[in-house]
Amino acid sequence: MNEPVLPPIGMLAELTHRCPLQCAYCSNPVELLKANREMDTAGWLSLFEQAADLGVLQVHLSGGEPTLRADLAELIACLAQRGVYTNLITAGVGIADGRIEAWADAGLDHIQLSFQGAFATTTEKIGNSRGAHEKKLDTARRVRAAGLPLTINAPIHRHNMEEVPDFIDLALALGAERLEIANVQYAGWALLNRKALMPEREAVERQVQIVEEAQERLRGIMTIDFVTPDYFAIYPKPCMGGWARDAFMVAPDGTVPPCHAAGTIKSLHFERFGDWSLSRIWHESSAFNAFRGTDWMQEPCRSCERQEIDWGGCRCQAMAIAGDAAATDPACIKSPLHARMGALINEAISTKASDTTPDAFTYRRIGRVTEPTV
Amino acid sequence: MTQTARVRAVVSMQSRPILNSHARLQYDTVREAWALLSPERVFWPNEVSLDILRLCDGRHSVGQMIAILADQYAADEAEITPDVTGFLQEWSDKFLVTL
Repeated sequence: MNEPVLPPIGMLAELTHRCPLQCAYCSNPVELLKANREMDTAGWLSLFEQAADLGVLQVHLSGGEPTLRADLAELIACLAQRGVYTNLITAGVGIADGRIEAWADAGLDHIQLSFQGAFATTTEKIGNSRGAHEKKLDTARRVRAAGLPLTINAPIHRHNMEEVPDFIDLALALGAERLEIANVQYAGWALLNRKALMPEREAVERQVQIVEEAQERLRGIMTIDFVTPDYFAIYPKPCMGGWARDAFMVAPDGTVPPCHAAGTIKSLHFERFGDWSLSRIWHESSAFNAFRGTDWMQEPCRSCERQEIDWGGCRCQAMAIAGDAAATDPACIKSPLHARMGALINEAISTKASDTTPDAFTYRRIGRVTEPTV
Repeated sequence: MTQTARVRAVVSMQSRPILNSHARLQYDTVREAWALLSPERVFWPNEVSLDILRLCDGRHSVGQMIAILADQYAADEAEITPDVTGFLQEWSDKFLVTL
């Protein structure tokens, strides 16, 4: 490494893999961890203290469904006392009375609530959970009543892309200050279900127009963040803001990888918190140093003027499509494999052309888990 | 709750800006710099931005803020007015400041 390693700003804490929903695009690994593999309260508290010492300013409490952790208020309080900004990422179904207020009292800063559809039938079908939509609406109201700021997150794919205008209306009506229109990224369960989830080109183009118009119309009223679909892109995203550059994640068992899909790169070894300190993992873990900075880059990234804009894109997508984690992300038009992205779109569309129902989903289920061999 | 209830706030001399409840300005001892924390982003305001943000306490009007800043920077009020109001409008649109 030529440059000094700067402290991390953000941390994604996947507190559990348990979840009441079964979304076929879940970003969790296909091999889900059961409850008995989860780090205990003391482990998380110790991790959070070390994260604050290391310079982490923002923690995203996620899962699975993080509210299934009974100790959530205690975890939030620990972070709040250290001045760390806390963002709870929840599906918002089955949250007991009083808990949202307790998290607010503990110092929670913000809640991000997911909606699988803008209408009950879509939400229930995508999440494979009856009554989920009504529960989410109720959660949104309780979040606002507790005085907490609200972001609505809408993961978008072929089965709900036409509902984008309705998602915008829904988020406005619920009093959200932010709406994320997040096109599904094909990692984890989404990669497994790519053919069933892939949208058509025309639908993507319509969606972009609708979102851009709404962003303009709603300036200063509601922020709309748009996560574009990689397969239809010209340049890749700066995944995680660059590998191990200013953020990382922690799995339910305390394993610390640079991003949530890094486990798909089988050549990497990840350390577990407790075996190593967080500081040592951030600075010395071979997985973190594997793609840090720009030294690891091959052509066309090596001589590209955008190398510190997109940092080579997503390593996991390079692994999945190019079969080489050090290759240029094939989402980039300069990648020799960029045409493969288009071919994968066409392949998915041609096999799904007559099937507009999500019946072909492999729903996310913890029972499906093959326990990791490590 | 209806959509018509939601309109864009526009800065005026009478506005009394206050930091949004979900944004937090705090000194980061690790990096020895002031950070503004918000839901998905951390901002690193420069000295001028910091001086404006510190006056966003819900008590000072924009007009008073401009007078104080003009004094602080030995500048002409009319000269800095567009910069200050532009900054506040932009930060209001980003939901970091409430007008």
